[in-house]
Amino acid sequence: MNEKPPKPLDYGFHTRAIHAGARPDPTTGARALPIYQTTSYVFEDSESAAAYFNLQEYGNTYSRIMNPTVAAFEERLANLEDGVGSVAFASGLAAQAAVWVTLLEPGDHVVASGALYGGTVTQLKHLLRKLSVELTFVNPDEPGEWRTALQPNTKLLFAETIGNPGGNVLDIQAVADIAHAHGCPLVIDNTFATSYLCRPFEWGADIVVYSATKFIGGHGTSLGGAVVDKGTFDWSNGRFPIIADASPAYHGLKFHETFGTYGLLMKLRTETLRDLGAALSPFNAFMLAQGLETLPLRMRQHVANANAVATFLSNHPRVSRVSHPGLSGSRYAELVARYLPRGAGAVFCFDIEGGREAGVRFIAALNLFSHLANVGDAKSLVIHPATTTHRQLGDAELAAAGIGPGTIRLSIGIEDAPDLIADLDQAMAASAGRLQ
Amino acid sequence: MIDLAPYQDPYLIQAALACRRIAVVGLSPNTLRASHFVGYYLTRHGYDVVPVNPRESSIFGLQCFPDVTTIPGGAELIDVFREPAAVPDIARQAVAIGAKFLWLQYNVISPEGIAIAEAGGLKVIVDRCIKIEHARYFGRMHVLGFNTGVISAKRNLGA
Repeated sequence: MNEKPPKPLDYGFHTRAIHAGARPDPTTGARALPIYQTTSYVFEDSESAAAYFNLQEYGNTYSRIMNPTVAAFEERLANLEDGVGSVAFASGLAAQAAVWVTLLEPGDHVVASGALYGGTVTQLKHLLRKLSVELTFVNPDEPGEWRTALQPNTKLLFAETIGNPGGNVLDIQAVADIAHAHGCPLVIDNTFATSYLCRPFEWGADIVVYSATKFIGGHGTSLGGAVVDKGTFDWSNGRFPIIADASPAYHGLKFHETFGTYGLLMKLRTETLRDLGAALSPFNAFMLAQGLETLPLRMRQHVANANAVATFLSNHPRVSRVSHPGLSGSRYAELVARYLPRGAGAVFCFDIEGGREAGVRFIAALNLFSHLANVGDAKSLVIHPATTTHRQLGDAELAAAGIGPGTIRLSIGIEDAPDLIADLDQAMAASAGRLQ
Repeated sequence: MIDLAPYQDPYLIQAALACRRIAVVGLSPNTLRASHFVGYYLTRHGYDVVPVNPRESSIFGLQCFPDVTTIPGGAELIDVFREPAAVPDIARQAVAIGAKFLWLQYNVISPEGIAIAEAGGLKVIVDRCIKIEHARYFGRMHVLGFNTGVISAKRNLGA
């Protein structure tokens, strides 16, 4: 060693967003993150190959399981979260599915927020049923509901930091305490907050999942997802033989005993990712790592714009409800002050006077907002959840997620706020005019 | 509860990893045990590994010794995979042979053993894995997406 590197974790969030995970390429000196577009890796010799497959040595074998570009993205994401590591997947839903498949066995039970992204609700309802895992949805705003839903076979609790699209803000610490008292981990989807606005591990969460497609990328070009582990949950507490016991899927390895704090991630990668095959492509990993470099800058602009737009809408005579949890008077104000002091995200809903018909006309009249099924882009986006993202849900499930038939969801981008407000204003007027 | 932070200092850990001759106390011949993973890793990375296990004659083709005091020529670093109650005796032996570092693996936490080693002039690392720390600073832990915490714009850091 020539010089002492600075101590880990001494650096600030912006520095880590730029540097973590991507040291200069040792072979070429390339300063930008190289895209290692390769399926596989030549072994030094037979003994090294055996050591890699036996997990005795950290090394690359096959890009379905690991890839240097993907690893740089994984490390950067984990560093920003202060987790012990992460495993990337082809999408956020793939990352979530990997958590279910890794932690759950037939006969287990999951307690989940009833105010989740519609695609997640669908995944939980149907995938878990096929896996013979029981599921209970609760009102995430009521800690008592989480507690009473627990069963002897409950294995994990799951919620979003900021509910999509209802804007429910989770009392992470309260729900984490309930989970831990039951010997279960709390899994948090932190997609809407990102590690810049909230770091769930600081409040007791054990695992964080992401759709990296959203704010992490920020450019709307690349799908991706990830699981980040805090590394402190005791998988040997007697409730998780699937992690603690000798694994028949990896020649009898005991992942938690052998790899300690890294055990869950090793199992996620070398068994679940290996078997599901939902690997993140190196190119997408490059795009998402690039996105992370500007995450704090973008999030500040997202949040400032969203606050301005939400305030405008809440004062508009044709708007009956704005669900942005950062608005003064929001029922979540205390939770926002505690968990989201830098801002309550940039995705929220409002109800336009005139219901479904007015909503459809309003969207048609917008010029800057793109009508599409995504959030977290640098561009401002708009959608009608009841007919798109949440259309598999019944009326009761829609209501539980805080969605009415005329609810419109906005994802506020990083354009100039006055331009966004002017566009919304003219579309509001246009939709009203046509109704008369 | 003892404050472990002074025993997990990154500079201390990197200084310990500069040792070449490492006695692994409690090294198991079972290929699925953590001590076996670690011992094998250290041999692959050029360390002069000395197995210490009274029930075995050799592991990795290397002669086993029953305890630290019986190692010919001693060792610079004593890496411990034993229950905490065994640590004070191991610490005394480490002091007796003039070792520089006592390294206690995950969950091997013995305030008495730490005190004995420190009183004898040894530096002590506690509740850390020597394989992981080597891989963090000098190896390839980052290829599996782990958070090494290492941030640097230098080429070939630590090579």
